[in-house]
This record gives sequence, structure tokens and C-alpha cells, in this order.
Amino acid sequence: MRLSFTKPSALRNKGVLGMNKRNIDYIGRCNPRKFYKRVDDKLTTKELALANNIAVPALIGVVREQHEIEEIPAMVLEEDGFVIKPSKGSGGKGILVITKVEEGRYYKPNGQEVGPSEMYRHVSNVLSGLFSLGGSPDVAIVEGLIQFDPVFDGYSYEGVPDIRLIVYKGFPVMGMLRLSTAASDGKANLHQGAVGVGVDIGTGKGLHAVQFDTPVELHPDTNKKLTDIEVPHWDFLLHTASKAYEMSEMGYLGTDMVLDKVKGPLLLELNARPGLAIQIANNRGILPYLDHVDSLGNHNMTVDERVEYAKKHFAHSAQP
Amino acid sequence: MHSKKPFYILVALLFILGITASVYRGVEHKVPFLPGKQVQSWAVDAKVQFQGTGDPAEVSFSLPNDPAFEILVENATSPGYGLSITDTNEQADRRAIWSVRSAQGQQDLYYKVTIIPTGSTKVMASTEPSAPKPYIWPATEQAAAEQATQDVWAKSATNLSFAQQLNKALNAQERSQNIELLLSSNSPNKLFLHMLQSKGIPAQEVSGLFLEDQRRRQQLSPFVEVYDKGEWHLFDPTNGTQGRDDNLLLWDRSGKSVLDVIGGVNSQVNFSMLQDTRSALATSLDVMNNQDALDFSLYQLPLEEQSLFKGILLIPIGVLMVVFLRVIVGLKTSGTFMPVLIALAFIQTTLLTGLIGFILIVACGLMIRSYLSDLNLLLISRISAVIIVVIGIIGVFTLISYKIGLSEGLTITFFPMIILAWTIERMSILWEEEGPKEVVLQGGGSLFVATLAYLAMSATWVQHWVFNFLGIHLVILAVVLLMGQYTGYRLLELRRFKPLAGE
Repeated sequence: MRLSFTKPSALRNKGVLGMNKRNIDYIGRCNPRKFYKRVDDKLTTKELALANNIAVPALIGVVREQHEIEEIPAMVLEEDGFVIKPSKGSGGKGILVITKVEEGRYYKPNGQEVGPSEMYRHVSNVLSGLFSLGGSPDVAIVEGLIQFDPVFDGYSYEGVPDIRLIVYKGFPVMGMLRLSTAASDGKANLHQGAVGVGVDIGTGKGLHAVQFDTPVELHPDTNKKLTDIEVPHWDFLLHTASKAYEMSEMGYLGTDMVLDKVKGPLLLELNARPGLAIQIANNRGILPYLDHVDSLGNHNMTVDERVEYAKKHFAHSAQP
Repeated sequence: MHSKKPFYILVALLFILGITASVYRGVEHKVPFLPGKQVQSWAVDAKVQFQGTGDPAEVSFSLPNDPAFEILVENATSPGYGLSITDTNEQADRRAIWSVRSAQGQQDLYYKVTIIPTGSTKVMASTEPSAPKPYIWPATEQAAAEQATQDVWAKSATNLSFAQQLNKALNAQERSQNIELLLSSNSPNKLFLHMLQSKGIPAQEVSGLFLEDQRRRQQLSPFVEVYDKGEWHLFDPTNGTQGRDDNLLLWDRSGKSVLDVIGGVNSQVNFSMLQDTRSALATSLDVMNNQDALDFSLYQLPLEEQSLFKGILLIPIGVLMVVFLRVIVGLKTSGTFMPVLIALAFIQTTLLTGLIGFILIVACGLMIRSYLSDLNLLLISRISAVIIVVIGIIGVFTLISYKIGLSEGLTITFFPMIILAWTIERMSILWEEEGPKEVVLQGGGSLFVATLAYLAMSATWVQHWVFNFLGIHLVILAVVLLMGQYTGYRLLELRRFKPLAGE
């Protein structure tokens, strides 16, 4: 246990962004309330992304009413696997992943069978709003399973690795690869025990890794050296993230993307309140980057120009 | 970005207003700043006695009138007598008038008063008294008096210094022959008064009572008041002293007699007194009540609403605690203000009983909830079922603890059931998704915050302040608003981001 504390001035010197400052100075100021639905409602995000030519996981169907739950087996008849998620879920809650469909029987990634009654209850809970922000009634999205790119084989345990980028006013400023572990139960959320690997904005190469807010060298389950990772399609990922700014009109945005074997990078979801652990994964504070973007003032850069600018100025080697 | 100036002005205003209102209440209405503070009070009994002659009798008795003492309660007991308290010119002449058609034999009339010192011993005059008529000296004394007066007059500059010099002259070791002559046929008080009046200085005889604990059969002592520049100064020419003791109560300042009896003989009055301590809060309430000054106080409400407000006004303290723990410390709680409501329940149950009761109910609830979870219910009916089950659990626990004689168990009914039901539901989901460890962690965290909130809310001085000094709520509001603007690091972030601080 680390019970010792550091001085606030030490964090300030390193440009570490704290929760209160994030909430007031970035989320409160840059993310207009009226656009939250574009981000908090995954169905809306999906529709917007498709309208903006951003690739997303295939939509199999939407369950809006209790009686529609029984139509799920018919929906997934053709699929090898699928994912059921609450449209307004947060923190990765309420996501049911089925990786194997055999003769109408469903299996989770760990091989456990999901019976029809369990499936029914899960979707029913989703519709009742158990997982949604504020407990409001929700809809369940049935999505196609992501065939994840083998490039991360050995780096992730059971789950899909995803790439989180913080996009500030359209500039990708910090990146992180999130790898699930046995501790995180195949989920890619850091607070549940996933490993976060800071990724160089300039190159897509791994920099530094953390689990449970503590620096780590090797993946706890596979013992592979985490900083050896290099994320492919890096430019494409940066472009997609940068485009998400125009699409959502959120100034301080977290984009979550995955690499599909067949379809390439897919936008999984957007986050209006991205966490702060990305700073630990990158072993540096995010404030200098945010201040740099602010210092640009009003500019009319296109997506391409912004990505180029970010790669040049926000790379690990450059001074922000 | 808009300016933050109006915000800070608002916060400053709230803060100043809150502090001012509280200080005003403490200083002006003497509401004690600390609970349980005691003040000294005096219970004085005056017993008026006279022999009735069988004729109609009327007794006029002067009542205390002294800015140094506040009258809390006064009453007069006198069977068979009609009583009225007159307040003729409101200044210095309050009198009790007892009357009876026929008084025969020994008559006893009682007047009781409870007073507290106010600390202001100055006697101010609201209007300037008119200059007295010059006293006409008897022919034998005139020359001596005029000369003695002139001697002192020459050595003085003002009314006050004249009175001081005169007082000194009357009590000097070696008195002048003139004064010796005058004192041989006048009491010092009368002589003092007459010599002042002969110079046109307003002065009057007053009677005071020395307050000493457990004294009986005391008499009033005579003094002379001299007017100078808006203020009455007290002199005791019998021993040459000036000013007043803290334990001197001015009983009669009318300048007339203390006791007048018509239709009776051998009248006398004597006093007995007792010192007492009483709660400063109750005292200030009595005083405010007498003055009709309960301007903005919750004590105007009926008792039931008062006790309701005593609970409600604690919520800002609990909320402040939660805001502090979340924004400054960075603790997470399950359900934002759930800990405050739990803490409110703890106030009724006391801490230990409350903690045990809470854990018992939630544990039982979780067990039953795990069965409900197998039934595939809709969320809304599941929560409703949990609420009913929680009521059942509370009922069973209350009954059991009653049967085995544990009176503490009965207070378990104070827990808010809807909150408990939601807590159970959340914990149950948490259990399924993240395992029992997280349940213990989050539940323990919430209980920890609830305990801290309880400790803050149950402190007697906090309860005293939030109810008696309503201004304090404006200060709390200002602090909460300020914390809403706090962009610094949370305490726990200093630990979380420690790896980033570098070497």
C-alpha cells in the first residue's frame, strides 16, 4: 500500500490535472450540456458516427421494450458472437459479451454458458435503467462481436484492447492503450484492474504502463513487456478521434476505439468525462498539452492539419 | 469566459451577512455562543407589612427600575387584594398598587422578582430634568449653608465635580465648622441633596438594595443621584463614596417614597434574596420574550415544529461534510447524500446501535435480494419488493429486541426505508458485478462518511449553533459555493498521482 502523499506543488509543476479542475475548467467549460446526449447515448453516437463516415461496430438490433427481448435469438441467428450493452451505460457496466453461439446456446468469453433466463434478466435490467446514468429507462443495443486484431495477441487477457485518446478542442493530446487482465475480468476499464499503456501521440508506440494506478513493466497475466507495444493504424486512429470533435462538438472528449481484424479501427464510444488515469499511464501531466491547445486561440485548422500539428507538438519527444 | 467577480461578491456578502447576523444575535440578544452556559440570577422577595385599621387600605409600593438589571419574571401575591402595576411615566416610577375594601390586623403582601445583571451600570437620562427649586434653608442654617456651598462651588467646575467636592467635604476628617453645624441638624443625604439643589443642580434621593446570597430581612439603603451631562451619577454621602457596586440594585428612583400605605399603620418593608444560576439560553429567550424581540427566531414556532427544525437544520452540516469529503478529500460514497440521511438516523439511534442496525438490515436485505434476483423481476417491482422486505426486517428486529428487552433495538425504525432499499439494490448489483470485496469497500466508505457526518451533526455546540444562530447557514452556503469553485487537487489525488510527481 502506498500511504504516503506528495506535495500539491510537485503535481502542479508536472502539470497534473486533478478531478476538480477537470470538472470545472474543462468538462464544465468545454462540454455544452445540450450535446451530452451525443456522447452519453451510444445509439445516438453510432448514428452520428455513421453519418460522419466513421466506422463503428455493426449494429444487429435495438431492444426498446420488454416484449422485444424475446426477439434477440432471432436477431443473432446468423452471428458467431454478439455484445449486448446499455445505450446509456457508464463505466463499462452492463455489457454482456457472447463470443460463441452454438445451436442457440450462448457462451461468455470465459466459456460460461448464459441461459435464456439470465439473458432475459440482463436485458430487462438494462431496459429498467439499472446501468444508465441517473437510473433513467434505457434501451439495449445488440452489436456485432469485434474480431480483434491479432496484433495485440499476448497483451490482453480475454477482452478487447481499446485505444483511448483525449481530444481537446479537436487535437488528440494524449493516448493510452487499455488491456484487460484476469483481475479486470476481461474488461478494459482501468478502475476494474485493466492495464493502461501510455501511447506516444507522435508514433503510436508504448511509453509506460500502469495497473491500479501503479506503474508496471509486464502484463500481469502474459508477462509480455508492455512498452514494446506499437499501435498500428495510428494515423487513422488520430484522424478518427479528431473527427469526433466536429461530430460531437465536445471540447474535452475521450474517444474509445478498437482495431477490428477485418474492418480496421472502429469507434466504440465517446466519453464526455474521460478519466485521469491516462496521465499515470503516460507518466506525465496533461495540463501542458491542454494549455498549448488553448494558446492557439481561434484557429481554422482542418482535421488533417490538427493531426499533423498534434503529431509534431504533442509527441513524447517534443516539449509541449 | 464570464467574470467571477459577481460570484465572489455574492459569497462575501453571504459570509458577512451570516457572521453579522450571528454576532448580532450573540451580542444584542445575548444568546450564548456556547451551549450550557450559565448566568447568575437573583430572586428577590419584598415583604410589605402593616397593621390594618379596618378601613379601606391602599398600598403603593415602588418597584425596581434599574438598567443594570433585567427583570425576567415578577409577580405579587396578596390574597384578597386588588393589584395593579402602574407605569406612570415609564421612566423611573413603576409602582405596585394593592387595594382592599377592609384591612384588619396584620397584613402581609409579597412581591417577587427574578432579575439578571445586564452589565450596563450607567444610568442614562432620556430627558434633561428641569432645574430644581432652590431649597429654602431655615434661618439658623442659611448663612452656614451658603458659605459652605460657596466654598465648595469655588473648587469645582461642573455639576459632577461640585457633587464630588461636596461629598468629600461632608466626609472630610477635619470638617469645616459650617458643615459640622449643618450635619448636626441634617442627615448627610438630605444636606447633600439640599446643597446641590440650592445651586440648581438636578439631584434626587434613591433607594438601593445590596444583593447578597441568602440574606433575609434586608432594608433599602439611601443614595443620592446627581445629574450631569445626560447621566445620573450615584453618590453615598454617608460614607463619601461615589459610583455603584455590581451587586447594588436600584429599587426606587422616583425620588418619592418607597412605600405609601393609606388605611394602615406600622408599615414596613423588608427584603430577602437568593442567588441562582440558570441557563443563559433560557434566560436570553425570556428576555427576548419580555421585549417582544423574538423577531427572527425559530422559538416562535410551536414546540413540535421546533423539534422538527432541530433535525432539519442539521442537514446543512451533514451536506457540508459530504461536499468537503468529496471535493477536498476525494472520498467516494454510494449515493451522493445517502450518508447524510443515514447520519440523521444515527442521531436518533446513537452511533453504535445505528451501525449495528444498519449492517444487520443491509445484510438481511442482501440475502433476500439474492433470491429476488433469481425471479427475473422488473427493476421497479424488485425495488418495491425490497422496500416491503426492509419494512418487514425492521419490524422483526424491533419485535425481537423488544421481547429480549433491548430498548436500543426499538430505535431501528428511524432508518429511512427507501434509502435502505436502494442501498441494498446497489450493493447487490455491485456484488454481482465486482464481487463482495467492492461491496465491503463501498459500503464501508459510505458508513465512514455517515459516521463523520454523524459526529459533526451530533456535537452539542453544532446543534446549538445551527438552531440559535440561523446566520450560520448563510456561512455554510457560502462555503459550499466556494468549494464548488475549488480546482485544486483532492487529498487522495496527492496519493494517486504520486508516481507522476517524479523523483
